[in-house]
Order: sequence, then C-alpha cells, then structure tokens
Amino acid sequence: MKRLLPFIVFMLMVVLFGFGIWWNTRHDPNAITSPLLDKPAPEFALPKLYEPDQQVSKTDLLGQPYLLNVFGSWCIECGVEHPVLTAAAPTLGVQLVGYNYKDAPADAKAWLARHGNPYGLLIADEKGDTAIDFGVYGAPESFLVDAKGVIRYKHIGPITAEVMANEVKPAIAAMLKEAP
Amino acid sequence: MSRRLLVLLAALWLGAGLAHAQAIEPMPFADRAQEVRFQHLTAELRCPMCQNETLADSNAPIARDLRNQIFKMMQQGRSDDEIKQYLVERYSNFVLYDPPLGTGTALLWFGPLLILIAGAGVVLVAIRRRGAAATNNESQPGPGPADLGDDW
Amino acid sequence: MTPELGQLALILALLLALAQSILPLVGAWRGNRALMAVARPAAAGQAVFVAMAFGILVWAFLHFDFSVQYVAENSNTALPWYYRIAAVWGAHEGSLLLWILILNVWTVALIAFSQKLPEVFASRVIAVMGLIAVGFLAFILFTSNPFGRLLPMPGDGADLNPVLQDPGMTFHPPMLYMGYVGFSVAFAFSIAGLLGGELEQAWVRWARPWTNLAWAFLTCGIVAGSWWAYAELGWGGWWFWDPVENASFMPWLVGVALIHAQAVTEKRGSLRAWTILLSIFAFSLSLLGTFLVRSGVLTSVHAFAADPRRGLFILVFLTVVVGGSLLLYALRAPKVLGGKPFNVVSRETAILISNLMFTVAAAMVLLGTLFPLVGDALDLGQISVGPPYFGFLFPLLMAPVVLLLPFGPFLRWGKTDAPLVKQVLLRAGIAAVACAIVAAFFVDGQLKAIAGVGALVWLGIGVLLYAAKRWREVPRGRRYPAEMAGMLLAHLGVGVFVLGVLLSESLSVTRDVRMVPGEAQHIAGYDFRFDGVQHTTGPNWTADQGTVTVLRDGDTITVMHPQKRTYPRGQVQTESSVDPGITRDLYVALGEPMDARNLEGAWAMRLYYKPFIRWIWAGGLLMMLGGLVSAGDKRFRLKRKVQDEGAAVATAPLKEAQA
Repeated sequence: MKRLLPFIVFMLMVVLFGFGIWWNTRHDPNAITSPLLDKPAPEFALPKLYEPDQQVSKTDLLGQPYLLNVFGSWCIECGVEHPVLTAAAPTLGVQLVGYNYKDAPADAKAWLARHGNPYGLLIADEKGDTAIDFGVYGAPESFLVDAKGVIRYKHIGPITAEVMANEVKPAIAAMLKEAP
Repeated sequence: MSRRLLVLLAALWLGAGLAHAQAIEPMPFADRAQEVRFQHLTAELRCPMCQNETLADSNAPIARDLRNQIFKMMQQGRSDDEIKQYLVERYSNFVLYDPPLGTGTALLWFGPLLILIAGAGVVLVAIRRRGAAATNNESQPGPGPADLGDDW
Repeated sequence: MTPELGQLALILALLLALAQSILPLVGAWRGNRALMAVARPAAAGQAVFVAMAFGILVWAFLHFDFSVQYVAENSNTALPWYYRIAAVWGAHEGSLLLWILILNVWTVALIAFSQKLPEVFASRVIAVMGLIAVGFLAFILFTSNPFGRLLPMPGDGADLNPVLQDPGMTFHPPMLYMGYVGFSVAFAFSIAGLLGGELEQAWVRWARPWTNLAWAFLTCGIVAGSWWAYAELGWGGWWFWDPVENASFMPWLVGVALIHAQAVTEKRGSLRAWTILLSIFAFSLSLLGTFLVRSGVLTSVHAFAADPRRGLFILVFLTVVVGGSLLLYALRAPKVLGGKPFNVVSRETAILISNLMFTVAAAMVLLGTLFPLVGDALDLGQISVGPPYFGFLFPLLMAPVVLLLPFGPFLRWGKTDAPLVKQVLLRAGIAAVACAIVAAFFVDGQLKAIAGVGALVWLGIGVLLYAAKRWREVPRGRRYPAEMAGMLLAHLGVGVFVLGVLLSESLSVTRDVRMVPGEAQHIAGYDFRFDGVQHTTGPNWTADQGTVTVLRDGDTITVMHPQKRTYPRGQVQTESSVDPGITRDLYVALGEPMDARNLEGAWAMRLYYKPFIRWIWAGGLLMMLGGLVSAGDKRFRLKRKVQDEGAAVATAPLKEAQA
C-alpha cells in the first residue's frame, strides 16, 4: 500500500495539470484578479482631457454607474477594442468614461481624432500615479463602477465583441437590476 | 494564421526587448543604507505586467512607476510592511515573491516540513530494520573483497 | 534538400521506434528471440532517420530556406552561421527535434555497449527507450512539426531572439538535454528490471557510469544556463528560481540521490527499491520539466509559447510513462529486504539521510513551483512564489548534508568505529571554526560570509583528510580509483560552490549611477570612470558602446565596454561588460542617456562589485568533473559478472518477494 503512494501523489499532480491547461483556455494567464472587486473605487481627482483646467473627482461621478476605460494612444490593443466600444457605447446602459493613461495630451487627442471619440467623459492621467490606486498595470483595462462608487467588474485586455457580449453587457445588466 | 503569427512575433520581440533591458534608474537616496533597503525591497516584489520579473529588474512602464512610488513612500518614512501592504491592496498577493504566511499558504510553508518528517520516519524505520538484521547476524558486516581499509 | 524529406524521415523514425518498443517487449515476454533481436536494428534505423531529419533542418537554416516557417521565425540573412545552427534549437519545435536526436545518441551508445547484458534484459531496456522515442516523435509529428512551410516565402526571416545569440545559450540546451535524456537509461534499466522481476547487482554496476555521465551533463547544462543568465541578462544575478530553472534543478537533485543510492545497491545489494524509485523520479522530473516549459501552465520569462493542445498531449504522455512506471513499481518492486544489513553509524545511513534531504529539497522546489497553480485551483487568490521562499528553505535543507559530507568517505559500509568519526569531526571542525573566526574580521561580521568560509574549510579539509589517509595507507597505483577521485572532486566542488554563493550574496555591491564623461564612482576600493559613449557595429547589430575605465589607487585595472545593441528587427539588447576575476567580478550595464537627444551627455548605468562569484560555477564544474571521472572508472567496465558474496543476496529474484 505504501508503494502506491508515489503513484497516487503523481495522479493528483496530473489532475492539477489538467486543471491548469483547462484554466488557461478560459483565463488570460497574465491577468491579475483585481483585489478591488466589490470594494469602493479609489478617490481620485483628474483633469479633463479637453478642458484641463476642469477637474473630475470620484464624488462628481457618484449617483450614476459608468464603465471606466483605461487607454492610451501608444497602446496597440486599445486600437483593437476601440471600434467595439464605439459600436456599443450608445446602447451600453451606462456612461462610457475614457481614462487616458500615461499619454501626452496632444498624442491622445490626435489618436481620438483619427479613431473616433465614443467617450461621454474623458479624463487624463498623464503621469499614471492615480492609476496605481486602481491597480492598473497596463492598457487597455476597463472597470465597471456602480452608482455608489463600488467597482463591480474589471476586465484586463481589449474588450472584443465576444467579451462585450458575454461579460461586459451581462455584468452591466446584473448591476442595473439591483434595486438602488 | 500568418497575421496572428506576426502579431505574436511582434509581441514576443517587444516583450523580449522590454524584459531584458535593465531597470537602471539612479535615484537620490538619502544614504547607502536606504539604497540597500530599496534594492532588497524591490527585489522581493513582482512586476505585475512581466513574465516573472522583480520590480528591481523590470523595465516595464508600470515597474518604473511602482519603483518611483516606493521611493516616494520610503522618503515619507513608511516601513517595508506598509509599502507591501499598499501594493497588495492594489495588485493582490501576486506582487509578493515572499508568500505571506496564512491559511491559504500553510501548505506551502509547512508542506516541506511535513514531507521531511514523513520521510524521516520512513528512513528511521528502514535503519531500524537493517540494524536489527545486523545485530542478529552472526558474521558482522565487514569489509568487501578488494578492501584496503574502507571497502571501495 | 526539401524539408518534406525531413518530415518523411521523422515518420519513418516513428515507425521504427514503434517496432523498437513493441516487438522486443513482446519477445521478452514470450521468450521469442527473433522478436527480441529486432530491438537493436530498429533502434539503429530510428537513429539514422532522426539524424537525417535533424541534418535537413540544419541545412535549411544554413541555406536561409525561409520557406520553412520555423527557419523564417528564428533566423534572418544577417545571422552569423554559428548562430544559425544554434537557432535550430532556439524555439519549441526545433528543441524537440534536438531532444529526440539526443535520445537516439544515448540509445545508439546503449546498443553499442550493452552486448554483454543478457538478451532478455537488454531488449527490454532498448524497448523502453523506444517507447519514449515514440512519444516524442508522435508529439513532434502531430503538434510541433518543424518542417511546416510558410508560403508565400518571406524575403527575410524574423531573427533568432538576440538573447539567444550567445555562446552560453548555444551550449546550454544540448548539455541540458544530454542530462535529461541520459536519465532515461537508468529509468529504462529500472523498468526492465521491474518487468523481468530481477535486478542483479551487476546490472546496477553497469548502469552507474551512464547515470553519472547523465548527471554530469545536466550539471554542465545548469551551470551554462546560470552563467548565461549572469553574463547576458545584466541583472547581476545567476539564479532566480524561475519555474524553468527549477524544472532543470529538480532532476538534478534527485540525480544526486540516485547516484548515491546506486552506489549502495551496487556494492551492498541493499536499497534496491529506493534505487528503482529514484531512477523513475529522476526521469519523470525530466519529462515533467518538458511539460512545464511548454504547456503554458506556468509563467516564466523563459517559457516557450504555450498551446493547450501541446500541453494536453505531453500531459497524456507523462501520465502514461510516469503513471505507468509508478504503478509498475507499486506492483513489482522488491518487498523483501535485500543486501547486507547496516548499523546506525554507517555509510549507508549517511547516504540514506542525505538522500532524504535531497528528495525533500526536490519536493520543496516542486511544491513552490506548482503552488501558484494550486492557488488558482483552490481559489486561494494569486500567489507568487519566488527567491524568498526557495532561497530560505533550500539552504536549511542542505545544511545537514553539508555537515554530514566529510564523514561520508570515512564511514564504512555496514558498521563504523566511532573514534575515526570523532577524529574527522575534531580536525575538520576546528579548522572550519578557526577559519571562520579569522574571516569574520575581513567581512565585517557578515554571518553568511562567515558561514561560507566555514563551509568551504569544513568540506575541503574533509576531502583532504581522506585523500591523505588513502595516500598513507594504500600502495601507489591503487590509491585513487576513478570512482573515488570523482567523489572527492565533486565533494570539493560542493564546498567551492557554497563559498561562492554565500560570499557573493552577502558582500556584493550594486549601484545605479548617473555619470557624465570624466566622472568616476568609488565602489569597494575601485574607481569606475565613465569615458563616454561611441557608436559601433557588429555582424548583425549596431550599438551604443560605453567606455568605463576601472582604476585602483590610480592604476588602470581594466577598460570595460558595455553596449546597448539594436538588432535588425528593432529589438534592443543590453550587452553588459564583465571583468572576471578569481576573487571578484566587476560588472557594468549601460542604461539610458539622461537626455535622449544628447548621447555625449550624462548616462545612467549600473555598477556591480561581485566577490567570489566565479566560485559558484567553478564549484559546479568541479562537480561535473567529478561525475565524469567517476563514470570512467575501469571497474564499471568489467565484462564478466563479478562473483562476490554480494551477488548471492542481491540477485534473489524479485519474483520470490511477490510470493
């Protein structure tokens, strides 16, 4: 019986590996699960991209849910998700807020002029300091924040049509269904 | 297929370039002790974006930003634990190369000890059995044929 | 030379491997000599076709055949010819072809040198090697074909990853694979023994040089990889406990245990079950390493591109081979205590204890490496396990081994007299403590450094004491048989290694500095003076090259040239400059100019002072040398079955034990 021990331990490992392979097909192995889910979004105060003397803070956005999309003109994958966001913005159900991350304002504005601007509101974090509070480590990343300012959902990587249909929209629907 | 391949290649090369450049950034440390403390701390923290690199060695933009943030916090007089706590709150335990000791990681930290104890038990039993056989044996286990004092 | 011929060659090799594995096994089972006789020719045939396939791929690289996708992905017209050959194993598909080539190298050697083994046993051993070949050839043909075409053919290839364009990296995979694959011989032996129900002492003796050789190659591969990481990656480190590094280290640790267990079984006939189990573990960990690196299950800087289909294939293969052998072990391993008994104070006990530590260390590395995956599976959140974990537990586990090591040769088989042990303890112990105390003054009381000095003296004196004993007591010509000389070398290597690690870790100095040309920094008694940056070119790169002059008390010691290279596809690679030394390395890595538009202005750079870091690889090389020397012992090549009293006990067929 004792001699079966190595075999048993090994088969447990096989199960673990099988799980690992399966898990990888469903998850981005490079994505970190955000510790901020179901926690209040961090306090922030950032200038608008087009009106830099106007500041937008977290309290300004309370009362209405929004999808915060972190992007930059330097980010290739943001270009991939941009058409999806543009197409979905009108029927999203929540405001689409653009968070321009680590970008020179001129570059960002040029990029938006070229690719279109689907954002209801655009704020800019040129240095990237506030983004750290959100746990952002790259672009694109998107946060669904509810009316009370709590982060309900986060997606790392571009929002493809698939992700929009299978994850983002259902998350928004679930959030909206809850009575305030 | 080939278009996806090219994108993948581009990503790999980009990644390779980023991953293997140095994170060389002289910072205005107050003294040597602070510099050493910074080096040790950033060597224990993981870059959230890279493929298994420390904050000390990664050249990714987020690693740069986090290093600057850590430096700022050190200037503010925060302790190592406070700095780690700050990062874990935002990036989860992923950023700690030194896994915290908790219920989840009990298996990790105590597992080797358990294996050692179990193994030691097996070895002890084995030695006892052999020892018993040795004392029972009339002819003492002695040198082999080609022996010249220590049986090779 | 069309690449499709390469693919055809692999298909033929697979068919021959199937013949090589199935027919002799059936033959051995049925006592059919004709079927058993298929083993050697089939293996030879497989080797021919695999060599052909490999040659065709090398040809494709040398002749810039970018119509082959793998060639296009891993080379380009500017790549020098020696790196074009290295590019053959620069990525997943080609490295697998290298693996199967090396498997055939070992198999051919096995065929050639196994003529004196009983036919039934030998045919089983060759058949098991064939089974492994079947798995890898099938994997290559079905999921990782290096001969696929890329049409339309590009004008120029991508390039070999610049990080791989280095001699160390060229050398590292072949050496590593020689080690991994070499463990398959001991593995095949054990399986053949389990299948046949017998494991004769003489056969274990026959397997020992193969195992020692494989382990020596693995040591070389690991040292090459560590050296490359230090020289190429510019972070001044030599080991990161990265999953891929761990994948090579686990078989190494178990290999050490295996070598010692084989010694016991061969000489005393005991610990047969342990030897069999360890040989299964060693090779299983080699296969596991292959899985980990290519399945995407773990994140690493080093991993090949992940593909779930490939991961699944290897997993199934792994389950069949390892699961099958462990099941076979559970059913057929010897149950009755064989061989000569031994007392508590004996060499056997010392080996058992150190084998325990090595096995637990390997288990610890496995646990730490897999734990992030466990964290995902059990929903514990994302957990990273890195150097603070491994670097803490590994020395703890190895400390008992280091303490026991000098006693090993002095202990006798079976039973040892205490006075001899006490003598060693006193002499080596006092020397070690004395040197440690002296060292304390030189190293500012750093405990790690003191421990390093103490360890080297403890181990070194232990080796010297034993060598002296042999010199005194044994007539010339028989003093240092190769097996023993190898042991002494390897054990000394451990001491050298430990010193290197502890001193370099505790006494290194690293500084990030900003310097304008003419400015100097003072580190550890050396002055590093920055003398500006020039533009320069190489065979397939252009670079900004810095000049740093190192002075000591005003005398120029050396001039260093760190570079920032740009390769054809735009990849930027930092080529650090290292000034090697026996007691210290000086190391400079060039960063960025403070102002990107002014290359004549200030530059950021990282300066390292690394004392005794070369001792780490020197120690590793000594260990490798020890393995090679041991493998060459004449005793292992005796053609006749040795008739000693051990044989009677150990050759008791395992079948009886099952009764």
